[in-house]
Order: sequence, then structure tokens, then C-alpha cells
Amino acid sequence: MIAETRDGGFTETTYREAVRTAIREALLSDDRVFLMGEDVGRYGGCYAVTKGLLAEFGPERIRDTPLSEGAFVGAGIGAALGGMRPIVEVMTVNFSLLALDQIVNNAATIRHMSGGQFAVPVVIRMATGAGRQLAAQHSHTLEGWYAHVPGLKVVAPATIEDARGMLSAALADPNPVIIFEHVLLYAVAGKLPAVPAPISLTGAAVRREGHDITLITYGGSLPKTLAAADSLASEGISAEVIDLRCLRPLDTATIVRSVSRTRRAVIIDEGWRSGSLSAEVAARLMEDAFWELDAPIGRVCSEEVPIPYPRHLEEAALPQAAKIVSAAHVALGR
Amino acid sequence: MTDAAGKPHLSRAHLLDLLRQMLRIRRFEEKCAELYTKEKIRGFLHLYIGEEAIAAGVMRCLTPTDAVVATYREHGHAIARGIPMQPVMAEMYGKQEGCSHGRGGSMHIFDAKTRFYGGNAIVGGGLPLAVGLALADRMQRRSNVTACFFGEGAVAEGAFHESLNLADLWQLPVLFVCENNLYAMGTALARSESETDIHRKAESYRVPAEVVDGMDPVAVEAAASRAVAAVRAGNGPRFLECRTYRFRAHSMFDPELYREKAEVEQWRKRDPIPHLIGWMREAGALHDPDLAALEAEVAAEIEAAIAFAEQSSWEPIEDLTRDVYAPVQP
Repeated sequence: MIAETRDGGFTETTYREAVRTAIREALLSDDRVFLMGEDVGRYGGCYAVTKGLLAEFGPERIRDTPLSEGAFVGAGIGAALGGMRPIVEVMTVNFSLLALDQIVNNAATIRHMSGGQFAVPVVIRMATGAGRQLAAQHSHTLEGWYAHVPGLKVVAPATIEDARGMLSAALADPNPVIIFEHVLLYAVAGKLPAVPAPISLTGAAVRREGHDITLITYGGSLPKTLAAADSLASEGISAEVIDLRCLRPLDTATIVRSVSRTRRAVIIDEGWRSGSLSAEVAARLMEDAFWELDAPIGRVCSEEVPIPYPRHLEEAALPQAAKIVSAAHVALGR
Repeated sequence: MTDAAGKPHLSRAHLLDLLRQMLRIRRFEEKCAELYTKEKIRGFLHLYIGEEAIAAGVMRCLTPTDAVVATYREHGHAIARGIPMQPVMAEMYGKQEGCSHGRGGSMHIFDAKTRFYGGNAIVGGGLPLAVGLALADRMQRRSNVTACFFGEGAVAEGAFHESLNLADLWQLPVLFVCENNLYAMGTALARSESETDIHRKAESYRVPAEVVDGMDPVAVEAAASRAVAAVRAGNGPRFLECRTYRFRAHSMFDPELYREKAEVEQWRKRDPIPHLIGWMREAGALHDPDLAALEAEVAAEIEAAIAFAEQSSWEPIEDLTRDVYAPVQP
């Protein structure tokens, strides 16, 4: 669908620009929406996502915050309780640990603890992932931690369409939504319909159809997984690629349907293997598709090491297309 | 109890209301302690007994559209704010007619009608929420004040410092009320803080602060009234350090090994309720039949609350996962 450009209804863009367009549209369409975070205004965003927004919308709606993740994330939760629709940008998932109390103890619980009296329609965006030689403290993948918590919705847009569409869906949702944007996706270029179709906040997507094996992934690992599927295709192996998109709630039906057909699965997750989201996906396949499987479920995760600085070691620590191909071979017994 | 300077003339009705609010809290909580030993109330139960003058004094300064953020020691705030005692007691029981549908219990009283945002049981965790509520009011051009209550233990948390800084930086309408009862659970203030004059911490963030005798409801109300007026006028946040004392243990599990009985007795001599009663008597504003009538009225309200809680129902287990997510409108 994206490839059909002849009617002129598509524009060349990047993931970064798609997120910016989505924020801009949200600010234009709803007075309750505002953006706050570290360096979102004058600096233009650590990843240049919010460049130009301060000039267009002013400091009341594009709020630079002090380096106080707990306070400004908590203030976003409070502002949502007070009737606003805040978009809180936490520069990276690494710094979100300083706001974990507010997210887990307040955003996720207030609706429940109040017996349904209050909703917390806050959107928290953060960059995530490794791959830029930023070493152990700036390379975390903790989506699985957040996806563990009832009361939160967690999404990981892996495509330009989702980067563009998930924000407005998140703002329309009365629950706290965390959006994870992988740092390596910001520069990805592609085409986007000038008038995009509405995007759902729920449900996994089949990004490539196939019949020999199902590769299940999300976020920044999607391009690597699609590259692995290309490589497998050149050997005559037809891999189906599923992008989870929404990490909580997980769309079990789509993965079970696919694996019931291909009978083999490999899960690709940039999180560490132990206690990862991939473990949850594998467990659900065991629960719901055990009798359909022809081989043990494979996993390609980050190695159990803080992410190291040197390029060759970082690459070795992370899922890569070659590892995915090897894991697929094991699952296929060839 | 009062000094000549800066005290408003207080009508008898005004004083009676302060006394009524303190008695409602005191007698309610005394009954809660009893109900706890009868296992009607479970979990943690943190009593406010001794500190009633603060909630009674501050709440009088708020309008119905102002917001309140409190802690896990919040029964007094909830009652003084005007949440009816019946759903509060049902909440203590965990019944579905409770003000938080029974899902919160003693530590998590919420009420949309009075804009009461908990009942937050992570020390310091409510302060950022209060900043955000105030930000929402400011951005929507409403002249509301958000009153945020917390204990002196919270000042050791990063959330306290980050929130005061942000509230002043953005000149937000927050009234910070520190209930300094000298002990963070069992840790004395002097054993945990290098600076024990808490109002000075607020001043270091340029938040105007006042120290007030938290055992005197008239003094608390006078200070809160000045502070709320400044906040509502758009002059940014204000800070009250109310010096008070918790007469009871931290929770029902606390053997109180960390403080001397003599110290507790000293503070009990400053009990705000007998003090106000004595002062009103001297001023001819309260006579024995008045007090008896007030006590009877409060006792009847509490009995009705208990009866309501007893008659309230347990939520069916089939409803277990309700209110985790708000329904998404198509």
C-alpha cells in the first residue's frame, strides 16, 4: 500500500518527522494537549523530534523541564487527573527509572485505587534501546518491565505509519500509555500517506507473510527481523514476521494463529533473555499453541551483560539478523 | 491560644465548627482503632490522632472546587474535606459502597466530588501529583488551589525537592502543608535531616514559608487563610510547616520503641481538642450542654457510619479485574 505513490498521496518522511507531525497535529486539534520534558523546547529535543514546536506553540504548551523525571512525570499524571492531555517526553528509558515510582505507583494504580472515579489519560514517550555505542547506562531495553504492570498500556511503534498514528490513538485513550521509540528508528526514511488512516493502539501486525516459520518481534528489532526474513527467503525459507506493536495488552490471538499455521517460532527481543517479554510470548505459545508446535520455540535476545561500549562487543550483545537466521535454522531443523 | 495581633475575630459558630471537625476526626479514629482490634478493619491503619487541628484549620480555607492530595494518614483530611463519613467507613471495611469502591482501604481514600486525590501511600509520591493538578488548573485558567499534605519524612525524598522547585519555577497554585510530627515512622527528624527547620528548605526554593503551631486550629486556619489567598491570587506556591505530634503509634503494628513515654505525655498536654474547649469555655463560647450535644451528634454520625459499613456489601469476585483500565470510547 505504501509503495503506491503514483497518485501523489504519499510524502517522503522519516520516523522522527512522523512523530513530530503527530505531536503537532495533536497540539493543533486539542487545547488540552501539551508537551513537557527535558530539552523539548529550546534545544528541540534530544533526538530532534520536537524541533520547531516551541516557536509554533510557545512555552506554555512546549514546556522545558528541569532534570526532575519524578516530578515532571508525576506532574503529567496530575495534569491528566486535572483534565489535561499531557504528552510527557522522558528523554530515554534509562532516565525513566527515576520516574518509575510515579509510573508504577500512581499512573498505573489511581484508576483502580479510586474505584474507577479517576482516569489518568497521560501519554509518556521515551526513546529506548541500544546500538549507538552509548555503553551500559544509556542502552537499556526495559519495555518488558513496563509491560508487566496492569493499569499501563505499552506500545512500541516500529514503522513510520505507527510512529505517526499511535500518538493520537494514545491521546484518545483514557488510560496511561507509554510509547517506546527505538533510537535507531528515528532516522528510518519512508513514505507516508498524506492523509493517514486511523491507527489502532491494540493488536499485532503481520509485517511479512510466510508459511515455514513465524518470527515474532517488536520495536527496533523489526528491521533486523525483516532482514533475516529476506536472507531466509534467499535460501527458500518462507518466514512470517509479526510485529507485536502493543506490548500490553499482548495480542495473543495473532501470534497463536500464525504459529498454528507455521508450527515453528523464533522470538526476537532486545531485552535481556531472563524475565524478558520474549519469555512471556513463549509462555503464551506454550499455553495456547503447544500441540501445534513442531519444534521448541527459539529466542534471540540480548546477552546477559550490561551493554558494552566497543562496537564489536555491543553488536555481539544484541540481536542481529545473522543470529535470527541461525535460530530459525535450529527451529526448522536444518 | 490566640494573640492579639493578626487574629481575625472568631464567631462562636466558627469555633464550634473547628471543634466539631476535630471531634469528628478524633472519635472516628478512636472507633477505627477499636474496629481494628475486632478485625473489621485490616491492613495498615495509620491514625491522625493529635494532628486534627491541621486538617480542621486548612480545609476551612478551601473552596469546593479546590483539590486535595493527602497521604496514607488521611482519614482526618477526608472527613474534614467533607467526604461523608459513611462511605469513608465502608472504605475502611473494604466494602463496595466505600468511597473508593473498597479497592483502596484506609490508605487510599479518593473522592471525585470533593476533588480528593488520595490517599497516597508512597512517602512524597503525592507532591508531583499536586504540582500537576495545579498546572492543569493554571493552564485551564481556573482559580483553584491544590492543597498537598505530607509529613516531615517526605522532605528526605527527592520528590519533595523536585516538586517544590517545579511549583515555584512555574509559579503554580499549590499550598504545601508539611505536618511535622517529628517522626518518620520511627526515625526522629534530627536523626534523618541535616537541616531540621523544614520551612528553610522551602525557602531555599523561594517558596514563601510559615511555621505554625499545628496543635492550634485557630493558628493553622489563620496561616492557611493567608497562604491560600496568596496562592489563589496567582502569587505562586506557599508552604506551611505545621509543628504537631502523633499521639498514637505509627500504625497498629508499632511498639513505639523509638520515643520516650514522657515525651508523648508532654505533647498530650498540648492536645488541640481540650485546649480549644478550655479556651472557648473561658471566652464563654462553650458550656457543658453544648459540648454534650456536640459529642452526642458526633457519636450518632459515627454509629450511622458503622451501621452503613456493616450493611454494605462485598464486591463479587467476578468483578476482580474491573477498574484496571478505563473503557476506550470508540
